[in-house]
Amino acid sequence: MIRVQGLTKDYGSRRAIDGLTFDVEQGEIIGFLGPNGAGKTTTMRILTAYMPPTEGQAIVAGYDVVEDSLEVRRRVGYLPETVPLYPDMTVFDYLKFMADLRHLPNAEERVDEVVEMVGLGERINSYIGTLSKGMRQRVGLAQALLHRPQVLILDEPTIGLDPAQVVEVRNLIREIGKERTVMLSTHILSEAQQLCDRVLIINKGKIVAKDTPANLQLRLSGGERMLVRVRGEAEEAAQVLHKVKGVQAIQAFPDGRIEFNFPPGQDVRAEVARALVQNGYDLLELRPLQMSLEEIFLELTRSEEQA
Amino acid sequence: MRNIWTIAKREYLHYFSTPIAYVVAFLLLLTVGILFVLNIVYYANNAMFGGGAPSPNLVTGPFAFLLLLSVPALTMRLISDENRMGTLELLLTAPVTDWELVVGKWLGAFLFLLTILALTLIYPLLLNIMVKPGIDFMLALSAYLGVILVAAALLGLGTGISALFSNPIASFFMTLAVFVVLWWLIGAPASVLSTGTELFSYLDMSNHFYDSFNQGVIKLTDLVYYLSLTLLGLFIGATAIEVRRWQ
Repeated sequence: MIRVQGLTKDYGSRRAIDGLTFDVEQGEIIGFLGPNGAGKTTTMRILTAYMPPTEGQAIVAGYDVVEDSLEVRRRVGYLPETVPLYPDMTVFDYLKFMADLRHLPNAEERVDEVVEMVGLGERINSYIGTLSKGMRQRVGLAQALLHRPQVLILDEPTIGLDPAQVVEVRNLIREIGKERTVMLSTHILSEAQQLCDRVLIINKGKIVAKDTPANLQLRLSGGERMLVRVRGEAEEAAQVLHKVKGVQAIQAFPDGRIEFNFPPGQDVRAEVARALVQNGYDLLELRPLQMSLEEIFLELTRSEEQA
Repeated sequence: MRNIWTIAKREYLHYFSTPIAYVVAFLLLLTVGILFVLNIVYYANNAMFGGGAPSPNLVTGPFAFLLLLSVPALTMRLISDENRMGTLELLLTAPVTDWELVVGKWLGAFLFLLTILALTLIYPLLLNIMVKPGIDFMLALSAYLGVILVAAALLGLGTGISALFSNPIASFFMTLAVFVVLWWLIGAPASVLSTGTELFSYLDMSNHFYDSFNQGVIKLTDLVYYLSLTLLGLFIGATAIEVRRWQ
């Protein structure tokens, strides 16, 4: 549905994105993660045919964003980072205007429909200038959904929403993502974890990782990591663990915590527990550790800086 | 075509919700109205001594002149505001060509000015009742056609210039500066130079109105002049948007 090859964009002498290559399949929700200024918005602007790339090619919904930009625009719904609204129009007039620009049949009915979808029914005749930030965000989302786009590109869709609205919008995105392709950028990693089939992490204009959230966690922790807690001296207890087969990278902490790695697919929990108990240590806790997406993210963007 | 109309309609209706449009309408209608009354009094006084009769161009003359001030006020935010508010991103990612966008914006402003101009039609009609044997309708037609063409050209340039800025005030003054040059300055060398006078007086924007349309003369060259200026303005606008995309 989205096919990107060597996409590069320069702003003057500054390279905003550098040779991005990735594919997004139909019905996939893909999360676009990266620190500020990593090139997320630039990439989205190219994919929505707002601006052409300096180099490379992007095919969206079967059309080239430069050659067939109008065809792309007909098939893409876009919610920019700063929600583009006219404060002196009512919600209805604004959406009707956009529906007319998209030549939608039965525009008024469709406007009513999307307004209900994003939960703005009561405010349909309010001036956009009087709406709260969260409501404006939803007007922007309604605008992106109007023409039932094949591809939905959302730049920070849940920013500025209260927790209840965040849940609503996420559910809405999940619903849409069942049939349509959704690409969303976010700062909130747990959002990507909950919502996305795949995550694309970019830093300084380059892709540093693309995988499912689960795989990323697995890959980056280099096998699996386990935590045990014993009563007494962790340092001494750690000596015992050295003898258990498969256990490596042992780290002991003064509060009795010990962390260690073990190869994926090999369950060492029973042996670890037995070894500790047999040597007279009280085992208080034993559980696998998961690197959160936050840690992975920091890990990836940091290692990129060192390189 | 449909997109142009959609954009023009929004722009046209938008004017009715902004104070600036009412100020412009007020300025135009009040000034033209006062000048009309003064002229009538003047002609009435002189009529006793065999003076001429007032003609409809005493409405169109000042109206065309006032456009120099009012058009920049009407066009200053047309595209610059979209730049500033980020709504340009909305329009440029909707299935609308850059040309449709610019022409739609221009058309909205043009229709608004035509609405104001239509209100001034009351004066020629009043005049027709007051003078015997009535006014010269061909002259009125030509003068009004002239004002419409001047308005089209000024609005075209204003729309184009508005696309160059993201600040309406900057856009206003740039537009005003261009109008001052085209309306007064560019014709000035014609009275000083010995060669090239034809070129300079051809470029002068006021000549094409006051010396022809407003006197009841419709010439193809004047028509072509105003239409080319309109197109030039719209071309500047579409190009500015295109350039903005590539930046």
